Parts: sequence; C-alpha cells; structure tokens
Amino acid sequence: MIGLTQVYALAGFVFAGFAVLSLRDPANPRRVRNALFWGLFALSFLAGDRLGDLGNGVLVLIMALAAALGLGRSGTGSADAEARAASARTYGLRLFLPALLIPLMVLAGSLGVRHGGPALAALVDPKQATLVSLGIAALVVAVLSVRLFRQPVLSPLTEGLRLADTIGWMALLPQMLAALGAVFALAGVGGVVGETVTRVFPMDTRLAAVVVYCLGMAGFTVLMGNAFAAFPVMTAGVALPVLVGRFGGDPAAVCAIGMLSGFCGTLLTPLAANFNLAPAALLDLDDRFAVIKAQAPTALVLLAVNTVLMNVLAFPAHP
Amino acid sequence: MLVLLGVLLVVAGFAVGLNPLLVVLASALATGLAAGLSPLEVLAAFGKAFNENRYVSAAWLILPVIGVLERSGLQEAARGLIGRLRSVTFARLMLSYLLFRQATSALGLTSIAGQTQTIRPIIAPMAEAARAVEMGVAEVAPAEAQRVRAFAAATDNIGLFFGEDIFLAIGSILLMVGFLEQNGITVEPLHLSVWAIPTAIAAFGVHGVRILGFGRGRGRS
Repeated sequence: MIGLTQVYALAGFVFAGFAVLSLRDPANPRRVRNALFWGLFALSFLAGDRLGDLGNGVLVLIMALAAALGLGRSGTGSADAEARAASARTYGLRLFLPALLIPLMVLAGSLGVRHGGPALAALVDPKQATLVSLGIAALVVAVLSVRLFRQPVLSPLTEGLRLADTIGWMALLPQMLAALGAVFALAGVGGVVGETVTRVFPMDTRLAAVVVYCLGMAGFTVLMGNAFAAFPVMTAGVALPVLVGRFGGDPAAVCAIGMLSGFCGTLLTPLAANFNLAPAALLDLDDRFAVIKAQAPTALVLLAVNTVLMNVLAFPAHP
Repeated sequence: MLVLLGVLLVVAGFAVGLNPLLVVLASALATGLAAGLSPLEVLAAFGKAFNENRYVSAAWLILPVIGVLERSGLQEAARGLIGRLRSVTFARLMLSYLLFRQATSALGLTSIAGQTQTIRPIIAPMAEAARAVEMGVAEVAPAEAQRVRAFAAATDNIGLFFGEDIFLAIGSILLMVGFLEQNGITVEPLHLSVWAIPTAIAAFGVHGVRILGFGRGRGRS
C-alpha cells in the first residue's frame, strides 16, 4: 500500500539529491554546510523512524545550528533570462498544461481513492490520499515537463535546489514550529494561558464575553501559531461555560465563528511560518514580514466583523 | 506561570529579529525545563514531535517540478499572456483568483493551488505584468514588484482560510465536532460549516475592496 512511508522516501531521495548537488557546487562558498543541512533532511525522511527520539532531537539540533550559521545559494540551475524567454516563445500556452495537470492529478487522486472502490483504497492509504497524489503528480509532471520542453535530465534536481536555496533555512521553520507546539502542549502552556484570560477579563455582559472569546481566539492563535491549539482552551474556558452556558448561545455558531476569529490571528503571526514567512522567502521579498503586513488590514477588519456576527447571529433566543 | 516563559521568548525573539530556528530551540528548552523535564528529555520530546510532523516539510516535494517549469519559461509565459490580454487588470486578476481560491477551498479542494505551485510561478508574474501595463511601464520597479508579490501571497492565504471552513470534512470542522462531543454537545458538521458562510462573504467583500484600492493606487516607482 502506498502511504506516508513511500512519500517520505521520495522526499528523502530528492533532498539527498539536493545535498549531493550542493556539495559538488564550486560556486557556493558554503557548500559543505548546505550539503549537511539537506543531507540531514534526507536522513530524517528516509530513516527518521529508526533514529529514536533523542536521535531525532540531535538531528534537528544540528540542522538548526547549521542553518542559523547561514546557508549559501547554489550557482547551478536556472537557464539565463534569454533562454527562458526563448523557451516561453517556443512553447507559449503549452507551458501552462503541466502546471494545470498537477492540481488535476491531485484532485483525481484524492477523489479516486475516496470514492473509487476497494481496489484503489487498497492501493493507496485513504488517509494520506492527498499527499500521495501530490507526490505522484510532482514526480510524473516533472518527468513529463523535462521531455516536453527538452530540459536536461537532471534539471528537476538542479532547479529544485535553486528554489530550495531561495527559501533557505526557512524550509525547516514550519516543521520546527509544529514540534514546538507539541512541547507547549506537553508543558500545559495552553491551560495556563486560558486560565489567565478567564481570570483577568471581566465577562459580566454578553457582549464583553463575545469580545473576550473572539479576541482571545485571535490573540492566543498569534502566540501559538495555530488556531487548532487555541480552540480547545478558549472554548472550554470561555465559550462553553459563559457564552453557551450562561447566555444561551448556539454552540455551533459560537464555535464556527470563534474558529474563524482564530484564523484572523493565523494571518497575523510569524509563528504560522508556512503561510506567512515561507512565501516571503519563496517570492524573494526583502522584508520577512511583508506578507503579514499585506494581510493585516483584512485580518483586523474581519476580526471585528466576526465579533459582530457572533453577537448578532449566535444568540437566537435573545436577539 | 513559569511555562509561559517559552511563549515570551518566542514573541521577543521574533520581534528583535533573532534567527527563528534558534528562537524555537530556546523556547522549547525553556518551556520543557519549566515543566520539569531535563535538557535531554526536552531534546527527545522535541525530536519525537519533529519526526511526527515530517508531512509539513513533505510539501517541498513540489519544488523540482516547479523549478523545471520556471526554467522552461513559465513565468515569462504568464507575463506575456497578461501583456496580450489587455482586459485583465490587476484588480480583475486578483478578484478572480480570490473567488477561485475561496470557491475551490469551500469544496474541499485546498491543495489544488498554493504559494509554491500557483503564486510564485503564475499569479505573481501575471500580477506584476498587469501592474506594469496599468502604470504604463515595461516592467514595474523592484519596490512595486515586492509590494505586488506580497499582496498576491496574502490573497492566496485569505482565500484559503475563509473558504475551507465551509467544507464539511476539513480538519478544523472535525476538530470542533470532536471537541464538542467530548463536552456532551452533539452538532452536525453541516451546522458548523453554514456558520462559516457569512464570514466568507465578508472576507470577499473586505479583501475585494482592498484589491480595488491597490489597483487604483499609483504604486511605487
């Protein structure tokens, strides 16, 4: 059965390819450090389950230190601007076909496994259908594009490395933040924050309680980087006892709009690195926080909108 | 209260611009020590969680294929397309993309677009080209290009976040159903997802107004 193991193995081989190419790149003054970083990434994906907890801890420690010292950029990859423009003239709109094929394959794969009968469900782990489809699509479309557009055989790796070097150490941050979230949970950070919020803020009126819950979901999400971590704490601390219990709110409306208030927080926090910081690196932006700044006005207005919506919609008995 | 030290460390570390990787390590160590773990126990707990969250980084599997397409001239083709289609203004492009991202996410199709596969190779170059046409220049100035790209990335996130909760089987809906059930309240996923619709409409309105404002602005030269 194709599942996470196979996808991780594919990613491991790709990252191992990045490591080898980095090491053999004379134009990169930090080639050894880059090779170490991607080599350990490959090791994690190929053999992470066999390293043990402490082994994985040491691995991520070395990766983070190597990356924090500064990674270099590869000199390989990318044809010059003229070659790209010439290729764009030659192939024109056909260049969009592979780019459209990726989402179509992901769509067909995830729907097919879910609704395609027992044969497909036995072939692919249904819980990982999307990730497996994405891995297969990435592989198939890369091979197809190399053939269609007459690119060098190794270009998926050299070009992948060029993009990976653009992202640099940021490539590691989202996974590290996810691990930090687990340590926070282990130490009971959520419970302490929740208690503090409910103790400090008065919730004598319904409006005050709605404001505390909506702003609390957003603020807590900013601190934890994830609305899913904020939701159980704030809902158990504020929404269920006060909004539903005392003021008779509809639990479905309260929770749904509360979660969306948390999403406003996600748009504002650097701790949601995969949404907010990684794209800034990927798009070569000078300001690490440029995407957050672009999102902030929309997020803040929507937070106010959510607060009003909850106060208006979630209390059918006492409008 | 001591366990909040780690949260403070993260906030302060990110605010003063220390390397986030080191900030995360320091925060994990402080939090674990405050909770009574030994340094080695913290390292093991962090390593275990790191290993369990590998799927987060598996998303980088898409980089090679996007790289090949860029080498073949996809960004240039996207720019050229906008140059020929004069009716596609910056505002129309971003509004269409926002609607597309919200609508497909609402159908549960969250992975068919994204920052790496859509914004960087296609939408951002198109948006830059559309701005260049509007400003009457061959290519927008670097400062304006940065502003346009950041706005395009923001539009993708906003479309995703305020579309996906309308879908019944998305993670956040399942989390809410499970949590409420533990607390003795039974709700149907459908009842949660309909309450995401007013905010989704508001998100399209609010961000749509900002898109129109951005398109009318003079931009940086």
